[in-house]
Amino acid sequence: MALLELHDVTRRFGDFEAVKDVSFAVESGEFFTLLGPSGCGKTTILRMVAGFDRPDGGRILLDGRDLAATPPEKRPIHTVFQSYALFPHLSVGRNVAFPLRMAGLPEGEIRRRVGETLEQVHLAELADHYPHEISGGQKQRVALARGLVNRPRLLLLDEPLGALDLKLREEMQLELIKLQREVGVTFVFVTHAQNEALALSHRIAVMNRGRIEQLDVPSRIYGFPQNRFVADFIGNCNLLEARVVDRRDGELGLEAEGLGEIRAPATDRPGSTGVLALRPEQVRIHAGGDGENDQDNRFPGTVRDFLYVGDVTTYQVVLDNGFRLSALRANDAPGRARFFEIGDRVTVSWARQAGHYVPD
Amino acid sequence: MARLPIWLRLAAGATFAFLYVPLAVVVAYSFNDSRLNAEWVGFTLDWYRVLFADQEMLLAARNSLFIALVSSLAATGLGTLAGLAMHRYRPPWLPLLVITPVAMPEILLGVSLLVFFIQVLHLTLGLLSVVLAHITFSIGFVAIIVRARLAGMDESIFEAARDLGANPWQTFRLVTFPLILPAVVAGFLMAFTLSIDDFVITFFTAGVGVSTLPLQIYSMIKIAVTPEVNAVSTLLMLLTLVLVAAASRMDRSFMKGGA
Repeated sequence: MALLELHDVTRRFGDFEAVKDVSFAVESGEFFTLLGPSGCGKTTILRMVAGFDRPDGGRILLDGRDLAATPPEKRPIHTVFQSYALFPHLSVGRNVAFPLRMAGLPEGEIRRRVGETLEQVHLAELADHYPHEISGGQKQRVALARGLVNRPRLLLLDEPLGALDLKLREEMQLELIKLQREVGVTFVFVTHAQNEALALSHRIAVMNRGRIEQLDVPSRIYGFPQNRFVADFIGNCNLLEARVVDRRDGELGLEAEGLGEIRAPATDRPGSTGVLALRPEQVRIHAGGDGENDQDNRFPGTVRDFLYVGDVTTYQVVLDNGFRLSALRANDAPGRARFFEIGDRVTVSWARQAGHYVPD
Repeated sequence: MARLPIWLRLAAGATFAFLYVPLAVVVAYSFNDSRLNAEWVGFTLDWYRVLFADQEMLLAARNSLFIALVSSLAATGLGTLAGLAMHRYRPPWLPLLVITPVAMPEILLGVSLLVFFIQVLHLTLGLLSVVLAHITFSIGFVAIIVRARLAGMDESIFEAARDLGANPWQTFRLVTFPLILPAVVAGFLMAFTLSIDDFVITFFTAGVGVSTLPLQIYSMIKIAVTPEVNAVSTLLMLLTLVLVAAASRMDRSFMKGGA
């Protein structure tokens, strides 16, 4: 039996349906992520699971039991809030001790568990400090320690890394993964940052406008988006409007807008229309005229723009027929920052097995 | 901080002089060895001796302190609840109801309380009626201060308490109340200051038997502003200053904790 189950959960605010008939199940020990743009309903779901909000329809079950009548303090579920929500009048140690006190544990046991948990998040020496005396990253760890100290069945994390700077965020991502593996508590994580979701999660539910668009493991969410929204929202993507004209040898012949006929892996039948989702890293870019495999989809073009981010450069290429494509190339040549300049004639190509056709 | 231009500092100085010179004059004359507030003769503490021998004045002072203490305690309790309710449930009519007595002209409030106590409650005017009157105009101040404190706080702190196992009462006792305490104390000091200084409403609701410091001072200056009045005014001023300083100190610690 799944640890947490949502069955057709709906939540309305006036005329606005924040969450529409959402169903999913989270297994025990899983790192499950709700990913979506702001306003997609992910935080509303979290608040209903925590007990701060009630669904207008549907059921939420924990270990098979309906939670509807259980107030937040009786649910074996803790939340790490986006703002951390540390108690400003209590020291770090007392913040972490709070759930244990509420559970009525003996003082010696509380002291031991608080010490242990602070050790786990590397904050043992800050136990006597107050929240306004510690840094954002440290507050984040205190919030995590406080949420985990009495081993809830489920830990909900509401954009917990959103307020941290990039370097600290990456550090915390690694620590979150490690911590979750160590303590074995099930995590339900909410974020709008797709790279964070891909890096951390066992499974991801991509949400949009109150619905789940796709629920799958990260590699499939990235590699095989089920629809246009997921393809566009997760990572950078070239979306080629196309129509399927034939299908043979496990391949589709696509009539792509502005490109003419191209080949792609078979996912649908002739006659359908949709988009071919093609990741920039699947698109190769090379100097004009260089020979490559004739079997590939190839087009000549001109570099219009590039985005240099250190390890890789993303080139915007305008094809001779006016179509624009992004191509990514690692800056792996010694002594060179990048390969092409604006105005360079290039050829872009991609393997016939690359890309993923998504019917509308 | 940048240095202010000279004219700005002069203007500020003049404004403060306008505010505080009259008070300083009263303080100075309370130590003046003369019956008249006319010229400086010499330093004396005689007027304070006269003051502390004046039985009527001492009784008025005792009444004032009693009324201020009881009414501000009651107003603090009720005002805190009103502030919490305004913040939590946000009924649009509640702030209006709570704050109206604060904005109402005192004379109007005084007259209507007088009529209400006599005609409706058939109350004999005295300490009780003054206490009740002072509670009515103090609640609003406390409520506003408490609500301002709550408005500056992260709502998820209270949700976090529930989330971590505290029931609503434990959440109030262990989290909400400690966090609003500076505002509650500031509200109490504010109510106390308002009560001890009040003249108009007290005048209408005290009846003949009861006097407070402001009433007593007023009845004395009907004849003349004696140095004794200066002395009692100085003491009242001192008390008010201490209370205001304490209240603003509370306010500051309240800014710090609010983040």
